[in-house]
Amino acid sequence: MSDILILNGRLADPATGVDAERDLLLRHGKVAAIEKPGGLSDVNAKEVIDATGMVVAPGLVDVHVHLREPGQTYKESIKTGTAAAAAGGFTTVVAMPNTVPVNDSVEGLEWMLDAARGACIKLLAMPAATFGSRGEEITDFHELARAGAVGFTDDGKPVLHDGVMRDALVAAATIGVPVSQHAEDTRLTGGCSMNAGPVAFRLGLRGMTVEAEARIVERDIQLLREIEETNRLRPHLHVQHVSTARAMELIRSAKAEGLHVTCEVAPHHFTLTDEAIGDYDTNAKMNPPLRVEADRLAMIAGLMDGTVDCVATDHAPHAAFEKEQEFERAPNGITGLETALGLALRVLHKGQGMTVSRVIALMSAQPARVISLEGRGTLKVGSFGDVVVFDPALEWKYDATKTRSKSRNTPFDGAPMLGRVAFTLSEGRVVYRG
Amino acid sequence: MKSSMDSAEKSSEYAAGSLLTVTDLPVIEVAAILAETDRLEGMPSADRAQILAGRKIALLFYESSTRTRTSFELAAKQLGAMTTLVSDKSSSIEKGESLKDTGLTLRALGAECIILRHSNSGAPYLLAKVCGLPVLNAGDGMHEHPSQALLDLRTILKRVPGLDAARIGPKTLSDVTVVITGDILHSRVARSNAMLLPKLGARVVLCGPKELLPEEALGLGLPKSSGCVEIERDFDKALRKAQVAMMLRIQRERLAGLEIDLVDYISRYQLDEERLKASAPRAVVMHPGPMIRGMEIADEVADGPNSAIEEQVTHGLAVRTALLVRALGVGRFESVTV
Repeated sequence: MSDILILNGRLADPATGVDAERDLLLRHGKVAAIEKPGGLSDVNAKEVIDATGMVVAPGLVDVHVHLREPGQTYKESIKTGTAAAAAGGFTTVVAMPNTVPVNDSVEGLEWMLDAARGACIKLLAMPAATFGSRGEEITDFHELARAGAVGFTDDGKPVLHDGVMRDALVAAATIGVPVSQHAEDTRLTGGCSMNAGPVAFRLGLRGMTVEAEARIVERDIQLLREIEETNRLRPHLHVQHVSTARAMELIRSAKAEGLHVTCEVAPHHFTLTDEAIGDYDTNAKMNPPLRVEADRLAMIAGLMDGTVDCVATDHAPHAAFEKEQEFERAPNGITGLETALGLALRVLHKGQGMTVSRVIALMSAQPARVISLEGRGTLKVGSFGDVVVFDPALEWKYDATKTRSKSRNTPFDGAPMLGRVAFTLSEGRVVYRG
Repeated sequence: MKSSMDSAEKSSEYAAGSLLTVTDLPVIEVAAILAETDRLEGMPSADRAQILAGRKIALLFYESSTRTRTSFELAAKQLGAMTTLVSDKSSSIEKGESLKDTGLTLRALGAECIILRHSNSGAPYLLAKVCGLPVLNAGDGMHEHPSQALLDLRTILKRVPGLDAARIGPKTLSDVTVVITGDILHSRVARSNAMLLPKLGARVVLCGPKELLPEEALGLGLPKSSGCVEIERDFDKALRKAQVAMMLRIQRERLAGLEIDLVDYISRYQLDEERLKASAPRAVVMHPGPMIRGMEIADEVADGPNSAIEEQVTHGLAVRTALLVRALGVGRFESVTV
């Protein structure tokens, strides 16, 4: 018997609109039944989880993680990265292709998704949009999609060339998957290691301007328009880790215009500003960089008004020796899987009054929709038994030394969190117990 | 010394006696450093040579330097300390050894203090954190050059008439306008001066074209300073307010693709005799060096009666003796050691 009962919790499933006390039965890896409290009392389950005082929600979905395998397993592996994801309440993650070698082939993709890698939750991947992510020639989207690609991206770098980005959007549109763009005009950001502005000036660091992000978003939106007109296709642009008010405004108007644009915001961009760099803390260095307060507030406004489709972590583990370098030499990126829910609940729910159900939607149903994921990001009967059970009121402090990740490069070590994961279940199996 | 304790507590991650930035240096600490400079300068050299006798000081230089390196080295020797120089060109740094491991190696060899010059902004913080020794920032990238700002302050106190160098406080420079002109963007000297001098009440006017002086530079105005930081792009207008004209070199090595029309630059921003006579005939002319004569400054001004450029170098040596005594926690700085 594989039955698991989750009783007495507040079931919040934004996809079906349920937000009430419900008991949940998982059987054979799927959601088998949802009943009012007591309605499943005849079931004789293998395990009963008492979720009194807890929220029972669809397992979280992160469309943007770096698991470093193959090639950089000293930073992270698929096994450890997905274990960290499970600890953060995630049951689906989408691996970025900037591994070594770059994930740009069917063989590479199949190797990554193979069960032998030891993912404890659902692992998906976006292979490279161009060979070697060099930005020159697009990869074989059709073959890669057949092998499981849920989108295409050169993340870490933009697809800079207009013609190549156009090719990518057209090819992806014929399959019905997004091109996920790292929006940075790298012609404007050479030698830059943080946001441009008074803090960068004071620290003597070259800064990335708002224009560097906005210009690529603007160009990509224009490409969507052109492709809709000339190719009679409906390409889907997904803008990764939006960090500036300017880019947010461009996305807002593109959506109003009816173009198929989605976007994500990372927890650090709605929580911190470039002041967090302090004395050159390389754990506050990532790309796009932390911006100013007006940008942070624009991220929150976009999350509140629905411009932002999902929260994504951009989990980017690095070894201690790599981060313990001169600021300009240290690599970009921070870990994020274990802190995302705690920050979202603290900043968006407690800080801004967003309902818990909306926070869950931004981290489950909505990211699932971005990649057209079926049977996940919801708890409706028949879906996969991907569940997170968390105490929404528990305040705690994150301790990076206890991470499941191989790396500890986070600016949130010791930071207050709201809401703590008690159980994460992937396809009906408990993969994390808090 | 309570103030030293305060600053030590504030940056407890770093060993007491470190000088990484001027931003967390309280005015009373500035006064103590300058007083110690005077005291050491007035001592018989034989006595001075006892102060750090047998102590070990490492100079770690990732960038070339004439003035700063030599003056730190001579300062250490005047105090009787042993010094060793490690530069990126002739050490294991060339083989890829990290700053952390270089620092740990120097510590294992007995270094009690490291003087660091580095091309990356913020490198001294990293070194101080990982090796736990007092670190003196001898210039880090485009960030700061704190000992330069202190020697510039001493030069101003000695040269500008009517200042009471014996009583350093938040109003000491309240009648002084210091115009810093040139490549502010790439200048760690400009940053340190623009953050230090206003703590003593100075008005710092930054002057230069937009490409070399972005508006963000106003962010150097620290909230707690009694003075202020302003921008004035017209050099002649700026000079008319100046008691001190500090000129900066265009840092070709950091321009990173930025193109400057040098003929236009010279006509607008070079300090020549005509300009000095017309707008600021009594101003003290300063330059942290290296100077490019004929570019930001004309020969006759560099060598003229207003120039304090050589005195700056001399004050540099003097101030650095005090910084070393402070770093090693002796004399009046005993209480800053942990």
